[in-house]
Amino acid sequence: MGKHSTDQSVIEKASAPGPDDGGGHLLEVRDLFVEFRTGEGVAKVINGVSYHLDAGETLAVLGESGSGKSVTAQAIMGILDSPPGFVTGGQILYKGRDLLTASENERRAVRGKEIAMIFQDALSALNPVFTVGWQISETLRKREGLSKKDALDKAVELMDLVKIPAARERLKAYPHQFSGGMRQRVMIAMSLAQQPKVVIADEPTTALDVTVQAQIMDLLADLRRELNTAMILITHDLGVVADVADRIAVMYAGRIIEHAEVHALYKSPAHPYTLGLLNSIPRLDDKGKTLRTIPGLPPNLTRIPAGCPFNPRCRYVRDVCRTDVPPSVSLGEGRDAACHFAREVLAGTLEPTRKDPEL
Amino acid sequence: MTAPALGEPLLSVSGMVKHFPITRGILFRSRIGEVKAVDGVDFVLHKGETLGIVGESGCGKSTLAKLLMRLEEATAGTAVYDGRDIVAAKGGELRRLRREVQMVMQDPYTSLNPRMTVGDIIAEPLIIHGVGGDRDARVRELLDLVGLNPEHINRYPHQFSGGQRQRVGIARALALNPEIIICDEPVSALDVSIQAQVINLLEKLQAELGLSYIFIAHDLSVVRHICDRVAVMYLGRIVEIGSEDEIYQRATHPYTQALLSAVPVPDPDAREHRNVIRLTGDVPSPANPPSGCRFRTRCWKATDLCAQEDPPLIPREADPHPSACHFAAQAEHIID
Repeated sequence: MGKHSTDQSVIEKASAPGPDDGGGHLLEVRDLFVEFRTGEGVAKVINGVSYHLDAGETLAVLGESGSGKSVTAQAIMGILDSPPGFVTGGQILYKGRDLLTASENERRAVRGKEIAMIFQDALSALNPVFTVGWQISETLRKREGLSKKDALDKAVELMDLVKIPAARERLKAYPHQFSGGMRQRVMIAMSLAQQPKVVIADEPTTALDVTVQAQIMDLLADLRRELNTAMILITHDLGVVADVADRIAVMYAGRIIEHAEVHALYKSPAHPYTLGLLNSIPRLDDKGKTLRTIPGLPPNLTRIPAGCPFNPRCRYVRDVCRTDVPPSVSLGEGRDAACHFAREVLAGTLEPTRKDPEL
Repeated sequence: MTAPALGEPLLSVSGMVKHFPITRGILFRSRIGEVKAVDGVDFVLHKGETLGIVGESGCGKSTLAKLLMRLEEATAGTAVYDGRDIVAAKGGELRRLRREVQMVMQDPYTSLNPRMTVGDIIAEPLIIHGVGGDRDARVRELLDLVGLNPEHINRYPHQFSGGQRQRVGIARALALNPEIIICDEPVSALDVSIQAQVINLLEKLQAELGLSYIFIAHDLSVVRHICDRVAVMYLGRIVEIGSEDEIYQRATHPYTQALLSAVPVPDPDAREHRNVIRLTGDVPSPANPPSGCRFRTRCWKATDLCAQEDPPLIPREADPHPSACHFAAQAEHIID
């Protein structure tokens, strides 16, 4: 992969506008709140998420299951299941325009054309009873008003773009006739049909084998370079993030607990959760040793603990963590972390208050 | 790193084959072909070691696990444990063998019966095998051993998280004091922070109980952490087998090299220097594998020889561990 140095300068420039200037970013999520009202109570799924994306850059949103990373994406796309999901606060600004207050027609104009999404499980995201060609060309017929023939020709171009061999012949194939990697390519082709400025990729390679995963990540990187598309990459895989992202936002219990440039974050995390995640990956020098783990489980979102949501699992927990929600602290160079002791964690000077967990 | 001394051979698998028939018709079924899921696998598992089996989906690693558990009947081959062949065992002998070889399943959500309490789930093997004594006490002991609260014996699986359910699955596998545990993707369904907890538990149990593991996984960094030896499978065959060091540092088979190079490294500084071998295309269908070497359709080294002659899994000049490639050679610097 190389050639990332050019992207770096883009970030520097783009992060310049002040926080009150919404026009600076291509896409900006501001203080978003989402809750799911279920029979068992209200699950607070997103609790004040803010992030931004500039043209041509890749933002990785990292988190475990239930951290709210996919729900944020669904809120941006306007495909949140409602009920049970409700956006209860915040703004989603696309080119300065708030999508949450926009009419359904305005949102439709953005969806697919400006912001498109690649879903995780291509087999269930594609319709099994229609041919692949029909599905790729559907948006072109419905939204761009192309004739059936023109739309199919365009579909062949798109399939060539995502490197599906013998595209013309495979127009009439059904999704089950494709392998997992090829299906994911079809999904990518569909998302690119209207040349969106932003692509949200929700765990695009999780269901794939490593060799195929490498092919798909390469393809996404190439397309991003060629088409200058900005990408939000949602994933739980710390390896994939290190490979492609410019910036990372780490989510936990519906909050962004750390946000940093990718090299800085891997070098020295400023939040104990990020530190724990990085430590729990098996590495070569760990061979034969016990892996460092994060004890316990992510919180139940209907009963998020008081204070810092990570405090029951944190090795560095102090009294203040159990009572006060930590604000997001700016650590300079576009870095933020939501920890009372972020500076000390970053410097590595904080003493743990708990021992390493037992098995 | 020197290879650790291997223990006594515990399980010897040789010539293991499983072909699934492809049939056509409903009333008059005719056999029109076969899926060669496992097609001639040999390996030895030593006492106290962890043997990793890695490969892409469809390479036959889970079928191999089922054959060793006798959940599928092998088409050919033997698996000798303690002088007895698991593949040919019947009746009482099979029952006794099954006590020695247990399995931890991949998906902790579907492998536990939702209508049974975890106490009943863990006690079931004891009842089936007629183990007497205080079963309740044994179940509590097992729960404690895997790091669950023994007082939760009457809870149902849905009251546990994914990682805790996997611990229940491990307790069930341990109930009969087996010698060998086959772990089929035991941590793939779990989140990163929980994965590490379960891996640590498996290592702790191995040290305490002297277990031998066959650890099937597609996550190469997890396999590297836990395994002493690793076998790489491709289309129903083992293409390379060796110690962790031999496979990860001195691999000689092109497929192993490609597989290793494709693993994303959790270090952003590495992305500029990484040398990813990009395999083109997909794995061929196991119903109709290529002639000669099965990997040749995706291999950059393939020549006419590879199409004609099936390379045997033997020690090669490049490095003295078995590799099934005519042109076995070490690649320079795949991963650090």
